[in-house]
Amino acid sequence: MDTLLELAWTLTKITAIVGPLMLAVAYLTFAERKIIGYMQVRIGPNRVGPRGWLQPIADALKLLMKEVIIPTNSNRFLFVIAPVLSIAPALAAWAVIPFSDTMVLANIDAGLLYILALSSVGVYGVIIAGWAANSKYAFLGAMRSAAQIVSYEIAMGFALVGVLIAGGSLNLVEIVEAQRGSLVHWFWLPLLPLFVIFFISGVAETNRAPFDVAEGESEIVAGFHVEYSGMTFAIFFLAEYANMILISVLTAVMFLGGYLSPFEGIPVLEGLFAWVPGMVWLLAKTCLFLLFFLWFRATFPRYRYDQIMRLGWKVFIPITIVWLLVEGAAVVLGIGPWFSGTAG
Amino acid sequence: MPLETAEYLLALPEIWVLGMACLILVLDLFIRDDSRILTYLMVQATLVVAALITLAVQVPEPVLAFGNTFISDGMATLLKLFIYLVTGMGFLYARPYLQDRGLFKGEFYVLGLFAMLGMMIMVSASHFLTIYLGLELLSLCLYAMVAFNRDSGTCSEAAMKYFVLGALASGMLLYGISMLYGATGSLEIAAVASAIGAEEGSSIVLIFALCFIVVGLAFKLGAVPFHMWVPDVYHGAPTPVTLFIGSAPKIAAFAIVMRVLVDGLGGLVADWQGMLVILAVLSLAVGNVIAIAQTNLKRMLAYSTISHVGFLLLGVLAGTPDGYAAAMFYTITYALMAVGAFGMIILLSRAGFEADELEDFRGLNARNPWFAFMMLILMFSMAGVPPTVGFYAKLSVLQAVIQVDMVWLALVAVFFSVIGAFYYIRLVKIMYFDSPTDEAALQSNPGLRAVLSVNGLAVLGLGLFPGGLMALCSAALL
Amino acid sequence: MSFERIIFYAFAAILVYAAGRVVTARNPVHAALHLVLAFFTCAGLWLLLEAEFLAIVLVLVYVGAVMVLFLFVVMMLDINSAPLREGFIRYLPVGLAVAALMLFEMVAIVGVRYFGPDQVAIPARHPEGYSNTAELGRVLYTDYVYPFEIAAVILLVAIIAAIVLTMRRRPETRYQDPAKQVQAKKADRLRVVKMSAEKKQ
Repeated sequence: MDTLLELAWTLTKITAIVGPLMLAVAYLTFAERKIIGYMQVRIGPNRVGPRGWLQPIADALKLLMKEVIIPTNSNRFLFVIAPVLSIAPALAAWAVIPFSDTMVLANIDAGLLYILALSSVGVYGVIIAGWAANSKYAFLGAMRSAAQIVSYEIAMGFALVGVLIAGGSLNLVEIVEAQRGSLVHWFWLPLLPLFVIFFISGVAETNRAPFDVAEGESEIVAGFHVEYSGMTFAIFFLAEYANMILISVLTAVMFLGGYLSPFEGIPVLEGLFAWVPGMVWLLAKTCLFLLFFLWFRATFPRYRYDQIMRLGWKVFIPITIVWLLVEGAAVVLGIGPWFSGTAG
Repeated sequence: MPLETAEYLLALPEIWVLGMACLILVLDLFIRDDSRILTYLMVQATLVVAALITLAVQVPEPVLAFGNTFISDGMATLLKLFIYLVTGMGFLYARPYLQDRGLFKGEFYVLGLFAMLGMMIMVSASHFLTIYLGLELLSLCLYAMVAFNRDSGTCSEAAMKYFVLGALASGMLLYGISMLYGATGSLEIAAVASAIGAEEGSSIVLIFALCFIVVGLAFKLGAVPFHMWVPDVYHGAPTPVTLFIGSAPKIAAFAIVMRVLVDGLGGLVADWQGMLVILAVLSLAVGNVIAIAQTNLKRMLAYSTISHVGFLLLGVLAGTPDGYAAAMFYTITYALMAVGAFGMIILLSRAGFEADELEDFRGLNARNPWFAFMMLILMFSMAGVPPTVGFYAKLSVLQAVIQVDMVWLALVAVFFSVIGAFYYIRLVKIMYFDSPTDEAALQSNPGLRAVLSVNGLAVLGLGLFPGGLMALCSAALL
Repeated sequence: MSFERIIFYAFAAILVYAAGRVVTARNPVHAALHLVLAFFTCAGLWLLLEAEFLAIVLVLVYVGAVMVLFLFVVMMLDINSAPLREGFIRYLPVGLAVAALMLFEMVAIVGVRYFGPDQVAIPARHPEGYSNTAELGRVLYTDYVYPFEIAAVILLVAIIAAIVLTMRRRPETRYQDPAKQVQAKKADRLRVVKMSAEKKQ
C-alpha cells in the first residue's frame, strides 16, 4: 500500500512539472512569433483571442485534427515511435532540476551525468525519424543532426566537467548551493568561457538557429521531420521547445545560481527581496536564456555544415580543455572566492 | 594512499618514453618532410636515454609501486634493456625502407615508441589489469603499423586479420582474467598466487580460467593451434613492421607468460604444464614442416617463428629456474636473430622491389660475400648449428627439459629441429651455390650495413661466449 | 515478490529479448537499435546494483555516442545480408552443437555452485549518503592510477592510429574555399571584349 501511495505521489509531482511545461512550450511558440515579429518590425499573431493570446491553443487544435500520414514504404513502428523517443528525454531530464533547495523530484547524486546522458539520447528520435521515413531529405537531415549533436555533446560535456570541478559535486542542488554568496559567486564569472560554450552548444544540441541545418527548410525542406504531419509532427515540435526550455534552465542552474536570489550579499536589497521564492528567480533566469534563443534566431543566418563542424571540434573543444586546465590550477591554488573552499 | 615520489622514480623509464612520444608527436608536425630525419634522431635518442634511466633506477630487490600494479625487478630491467636494443635496431633498419617508399613519417616512429611503451608496461606489470592494458597498447600500435602502407591491399588485409584475431585473443584473455578474479577475489599477481596456494587442490573454476588465459597467451605468442594469423600478418605487413612484430614483442610476450603462469598461477603448474606440452609439440611440428613448403622468405620466417615459440614454451614448461632462464635466453637471442634476418630483406630491397622471395637471395655470395656470410650466420643460428648462439639457446632449453625427466619431449624437439634445419640450409644453398639472377649492386646506407654486420657478428659472438648473457638471465630471475 | 525483483525480471527479460534480436534481426538497423535497447536495460540493471555511475556512463558513452555513430554508418551502408546467410542451414547443426557444448560448460562452471551466495559473499547494501561516483573517482585516482593512465595512453594511440590511417591529402580532390570564393573580383572572372560592330550580311 505504501508503495502505491508513494507511486501516486510521485505521479502527482510529475504531472505538476510536465503540465506547466507543456503550457510553457505552447506560449513559448507564441512568444517566439511575437518577439521575432517585433524585432523585424512586424506585429506577429494578433487575431485569435484577445491580442492573439489564444493562438497556441488554436495551433494545437489544428495539429490534433490533422491526419497522421505514414508514408507507404516507411518503417511503421519506428516512424511512430521516433517522436516519442525525441520528447521522452526532454521531459525525463526535468526530474533532477532543483526548483528550490528542497523542491526536486529526484535529488540524485549523479544528477549532472544523468542530464548529460539524457541529452545525448535525444538524438535517437531524430535519427530514427530520418531513417524510418524512407525519404532522402529526411535522411540527410538525420545524418546532419547526428553528426552535429555528437560533436557538440563533447564540448558540452567538457563544460559540465568544469561545473563539476567548481561545484565539487554531481548533485544539482549542491552545485547551486556552491554558488551561494552573491552575484559574483555564481559560476558564470569563473567559468565564463565554459558558460558561453555550454549555452552555444545547447543551442546546437536543440537544432535551433543558427545551427538548424538538420531542418534547414531552405536546403532540405524540413529535414528529419519532413514526412511527419498532424500529432506526430506536433510532438517533434513540443520536443524541440521543451529542449530549449531545458537547456535554458540548465544554464541557469549551473552558471547563474539556479534558484538563488541575485540580490544576495547586497546590504539593503537582499532584505527587500527576501520574500521572493527561489522558483521565481529560476524562472526569470530561464526566461532570459529563452530570450537569447529567440534573439539568435532573429539575428544570425544559418551556419554552413562544415562551419558547424569546425566550430565544434576546432574551437569549442580546445577552449574547454584549456579552461579546464586553468580551472584545475585555480582550484589547486585556491584562487578567488570560488575555489578557496574546494582545494585539497 | 598518497603516492610517493619514489614510486614515480621507479616508473621513470615509462614516464620518459611516454613524455617523449607525446613531445615527438607534436614536434613532428612542425618538421618538414625533407628534414624528417630529426624525428628519427629524437626517437633514437629517446631510446638511449631510456636505457640509461632504466639502468639508473634499477633496484636490487623487487619493488612494487602504484598500489601493487607495477613491479620493478631484475627481469623487468634486463628485458626492458633488450627491448630498447631490439626496437632501436628495428627503427634503424626501417629507415631506408620507409624512405624509399614514401612512408617515412613521424607517426611510424611515434607508434613504434608507444608500442614499446606497451611492452615496457607488460614486462613490469604485477597486476592482471596492467598486463592486459599493456598488451592492448602494444597490439593497437601494431595493428596500425601493419596497415601503415594504406594504399596496399595486402597490408590492409593483414591488418584486418591481425585485428580481428587479436581482439578475439584479448577477449579470451580478459574472460580468463575475470574468471580468475571470481575465483581468487583479486587481480594482483602476488595475491592471486597466495590465494591459489591457500587452496588445497585446484578448483575447476581456476582450471577454466587457466584455459582461457593460456589460449589468450598462445594467440598472442602465435603458438599452434592459435597461429593462423602469423604467416598472413608477417607476409602482408611492410617488412620493417614485420621485423618489429617478429622481434621485440616476443620478449614482452615471454615476460607476461612468466608473470602470469609462473608468478601468478605457479600453484597450477601441474595443470598448465600439460597444456604447454601440447602447444609446444604442435608448434614445433607445424612450424617446421610447413615452413619447408614456403617460397616467400617472410612467410618462411613466420613459420620459423612459430617453431621458435615452441622452443620458448619448452623452456617455460620445464618449470624450473634453469628452464625459465633458458627460455629467457632463447627469447632474447631469437629477437636478435629475427631482427637480423628481416634486416637482410630490407638490405636487399630497394625502391619498387621487395626482396622477400627466396629466389631474390639467389647467388648473394657472388654479389656480396660479406652479407651472404652474415645471412649464413643468421640462418645457421636459427637452425641451431654450432657455434652460433641458436645452438646454445636450443641446447640450454633441451637441458632444462631433460632435467625434469621429459626426455621424449627433448627428442621430439630435436627431431623437428632437424627437419627445420632443412629450409634454413636451403637458403644458404641458394645464396652460395646458385648463380645470381639479379646483378644489381646493393644500395643501402652505411649505417644499416654496419649495424647489420654487428648484428650478425653478435649472433656468432654470443654463440662462442654465451656465459655472460646466460648468467644475466639467471640472475634476473632470482 | 518485492518491487525491485519485479523490475529486475522485467529488465532481464527485455535484455534477453533485445540481445536475441541483435543477432537475429534481418535488418542491420534493427539489430543496432536492439543493441541500444539492450544497453539501456543493462544500465537499468546496474542501477539496481547501486552502480549508478556505471549505469549512466553506459548510457552516455554507448547509447549516446558509440551507437549513434554506429547507426550513422549502418544506415548509410546498403548491406545485402543474403550472401551472409547462404550457409546458414548447412552450418546450423555444427553451430548448434558447439553452442550447446558451450552452454553446458558455462552452466557447469559459471553456475550457482561456484559463484552462488554460499561461495561469494552477497554485497552489502551501501549506507545512506554513499556516492558510487565519488568512490569510483577515489579508487581510480589512487589505487588504480597506473592502469588508469595506461588506458588514457591507449585512447591517445587510438586517435593517432585513426588519423594516420585515414587522413590523407588527395591532390585530385577539389575543395571549395569560401574565403577565396568571396575574394573573387569582377576582373578575375569577367573579360570585356571590345568588338567593332558587325554588319548584317
